[in-house]
Amino acid sequence: MNNANDLTQLIPQAADYVRILPEIVLSIFGMIVMVLDPLMDERRSQRTLGTIALIGSLAALAATLFQGQYPGLGFWNMVRVDSFSVFFHFLVAAVTAVVILTSYEYMAVQGIRAGEYYALVLFGAVGMSLMSSAVELVLIFIALEISSISTYVLAGFRREAAISSESSVKYFLLGSFATAFFLYGVALMFGATGSTSITVIGNVLRSGHIPVLAYVGIALMFVGLGFKVAAAPFHVWTPDVYEGAPSPVVGFMSTAPKAAVFAVLLRIMFEADAPGRVWLIWVVAALSMTLGNIGALVQDNVKRLLAYSSIAHAGYLLVAFAALPNNGIPAAMFYTASYAAMNVGAFAVISHIGGKGERYVTLEDYEGLGRRSPLLAATLTIFLLSLIGIPITGGFFAKFYVFSAALQSNLVGLVIIGVLNSAVASYYYLRVIVVMYMREAREEVPLPPIPVGLGTALAVSLAATIYLGVLPGRVLDYAARTAAEWAR
Amino acid sequence: MSTGLDNSMLTLVTFIPLAGALLLVVFPRRDRDIRLFALVVSLLEFVFSLHLPVHFQRGQAGFQYEVNNLWISNPNIHYHMGVDGVSMWLVVLTTFLTPLCVLISWKSIHERVKEFFILLLVLQTALIGVFVALDLFLFYFFWEATLIPMALLIGIYGHGRRIYAAVKFFLYTMVASMFMLAAILWLYAKTGTFDFVSIQSAIHNGQVENFAGAATWLFLGFFIAFAVKVPVFPFHTWLPDAHVEAPTAGSVLLAGVLLKMGTYGMLRFNLGLFPEQSRANAWWVMILALIGIVYGALVALVQPNMKKLIAYSSISHLGFVVLGIFSFTQAGLDGATFVMLAHGVSTGALFMLAGILYERRHTYEIAEFGGLASPMPVYATFFLFIVLASVGLPLLNGFIGEFLVLSGAFRDRAVYGILGATGVIWSACYLLWMYQRVFYGKVTHEVNLSLPDLSGRERAALWPAAAAALVMGVAPLLWLNAIDPAVQNVLAPFAQLASKMVGR
Repeated sequence: MNNANDLTQLIPQAADYVRILPEIVLSIFGMIVMVLDPLMDERRSQRTLGTIALIGSLAALAATLFQGQYPGLGFWNMVRVDSFSVFFHFLVAAVTAVVILTSYEYMAVQGIRAGEYYALVLFGAVGMSLMSSAVELVLIFIALEISSISTYVLAGFRREAAISSESSVKYFLLGSFATAFFLYGVALMFGATGSTSITVIGNVLRSGHIPVLAYVGIALMFVGLGFKVAAAPFHVWTPDVYEGAPSPVVGFMSTAPKAAVFAVLLRIMFEADAPGRVWLIWVVAALSMTLGNIGALVQDNVKRLLAYSSIAHAGYLLVAFAALPNNGIPAAMFYTASYAAMNVGAFAVISHIGGKGERYVTLEDYEGLGRRSPLLAATLTIFLLSLIGIPITGGFFAKFYVFSAALQSNLVGLVIIGVLNSAVASYYYLRVIVVMYMREAREEVPLPPIPVGLGTALAVSLAATIYLGVLPGRVLDYAARTAAEWAR
Repeated sequence: MSTGLDNSMLTLVTFIPLAGALLLVVFPRRDRDIRLFALVVSLLEFVFSLHLPVHFQRGQAGFQYEVNNLWISNPNIHYHMGVDGVSMWLVVLTTFLTPLCVLISWKSIHERVKEFFILLLVLQTALIGVFVALDLFLFYFFWEATLIPMALLIGIYGHGRRIYAAVKFFLYTMVASMFMLAAILWLYAKTGTFDFVSIQSAIHNGQVENFAGAATWLFLGFFIAFAVKVPVFPFHTWLPDAHVEAPTAGSVLLAGVLLKMGTYGMLRFNLGLFPEQSRANAWWVMILALIGIVYGALVALVQPNMKKLIAYSSISHLGFVVLGIFSFTQAGLDGATFVMLAHGVSTGALFMLAGILYERRHTYEIAEFGGLASPMPVYATFFLFIVLASVGLPLLNGFIGEFLVLSGAFRDRAVYGILGATGVIWSACYLLWMYQRVFYGKVTHEVNLSLPDLSGRERAALWPAAAAALVMGVAPLLWLNAIDPAVQNVLAPFAQLASKMVGR
């Protein structure tokens, strides 16, 4: 009506800032770490900066809970806080905290300067958090870049190891390529529907006429996001990058950014009601499960083994995307949570055993671990059993919900492929357990005592894995409420 | 007896061993005390489990001691437990064998003792859980849970090729149970419940959509998981490996209880949920069972390895159980259940006896022995008694079950009974021949001359088994009067099925 009124609409309100409160908190703590880093001497800085970052991630956790009480849109409908975004914010912040706890010991052993590391972890978390609450494709793109660029750098943090730099460069080159695909898809989507807002796109697509351009746009966006979650056939980078990157970082980038990208995928696929999604996803899910598991069968390096396993798990997760929304969404959310819990835990163990320069990462180095450190071996065993999908672990219910969602959508073929794959998968996880318990101990592999930080990290991820396996109801009900919110 | 205790009885019986295992985790590493503690826990457990048969309402069909609480609301999973005459005795069989396993492992396990008994007790909880669960999900959970402790027992405490055997055992059963999981999920997707009783009545009343098309596949999904466990011929190849490599206690529980999970599953789930499909597929299942009986016996006949011989004899005996189950006759199913129990006692005892010899000579090769009757007379007597029980001598436990199974099979089709009966003859051949080679004649190897006879502890482990073999043979009604109504219950839909077919 009048100019003054228009102007006030352009000024963000306090409520707007609440909608991005966790991101603000994480950014501030990240900057504090960066500012303090040059002021402190290197030896002392490790612990202090790590602790600041830890507090930052916990503060983000608290901010998420606070923010959850005020759901709604913010920043001109670009950000939306709903129970969905709160779920993923919580997940990202929790994973960040666990990764930071794991990194304490790792940084000290590897002799890596800590400052930027912790700052980058926090900045990465900003991007990942934003991805789950952004409902506008361009903002999603920006968030994706924030998260990706941080992880590119983090992957190269073992500076003295050539393999780490290789990992970083590979990840960066291929990753940028994938983001370009995503951006291209966004542009086409805009051309097809006249908007970059997911809600508007959804309305247009649901209105009946679906332009061909929209199919192409969805496919291109899916290629970009598929790369980020390491789904076949866009998975080739995964083993090399995981092998080279520092173990805590692998724990981080195989869980938090993946969860965030899956959140984006959920929004695009379900909230925008992407056309033609079922067959697209059917093929990619089947390929990922199969190629990931077959690749893992022959690995002798534990990090590579888990890299292939993460490809397979992306496949299982995608099965949920082919299902109907009211079953598929909660199943996918539950899967991301339990996968995050078990995988971040497994990599915490790996980063402890790896030792200086990550020399001990082959299966042989795990021989007799059951005898030398019963606690560590038992913990890793539980994570591996969860990855197999044995009952009373989160991994079981994750698979269970995904497959039953698919069955309810009559995707029997995909379920059969998935079930057969999980049977194959049990072999290679089992190999690790066999090596730990049934081979003679190798004394030349040093095994330092478990420090407090790592112990806490392990305890948290173990507790989460078991909790999701014994009492999955609450988390699943929460996720199911999200699906109901979207359906409205 | 108060109903409160009756309600919590199954929970207690299931989880006492687990509680014992958890206490063992924090137990100091004093091997003697650990063994003693495990013995006390398993004996206590046995005493508790006796509550079930003592207060069981005989002559009553349906499940007793039921508990049914909501565990997880989405998916709709209940903590639903209950026993009928069949599962109750299998529970008691488990609790009966476990203390004997503890006794028999007293000396043979001397490294990582604590872990051994933890695994043994965890395994016991899982085994009992399988028999008492009435929620398909709970059942699947316990089913899978038996796998890990058993694989670890074989893999850590076994003999030479233990890792190969453990992995083979794990993968075989894991892959097979995936099919069962798929079938369970399908049923859940269509009925919205995992409750065995509800699903059963939903199927019976035709309330499951698309059931007709899927039923055969569902039947097969369950059947494959159970067939691998039993094991039914051609799925048996994991069994000899697992037995030969397993420590004695592992073999006792493997043969005594784990295999029965498969036959129990067939009886409860294949027959209980899919009567029509069971009827339609019975012919080839019977043929496989018969092949198993004869093939297992023939292979046992030529085994030079004592433990492998007993393992193959298990394949043969379990063939009887499958034969009885798929005869769909009262006698056949009664007998099948009785063979399960009898085989658990006598084959468990045979494995203990083989283990005792292994402790002394570190070999299972029959050729290494000969004339043992003179240095080890008490041992030889026990061995003979158990062999006779296993062979099916009247008045001992093997006879009753096999007799009932064969009479059931005859009623179904005479040729099944005739072929099955040859199995009884074969079992006499291979067991008695083995006995002759090991115990009679002159002592062929000098080392065997000085073998010590049974110690007090070993006798303590063998006496209960021998006594049970005798009592079961003399007074089978004690068991059968609880089994009978349960079996009638299972067979009820088959009678209707038959009358329907006649009506057409």
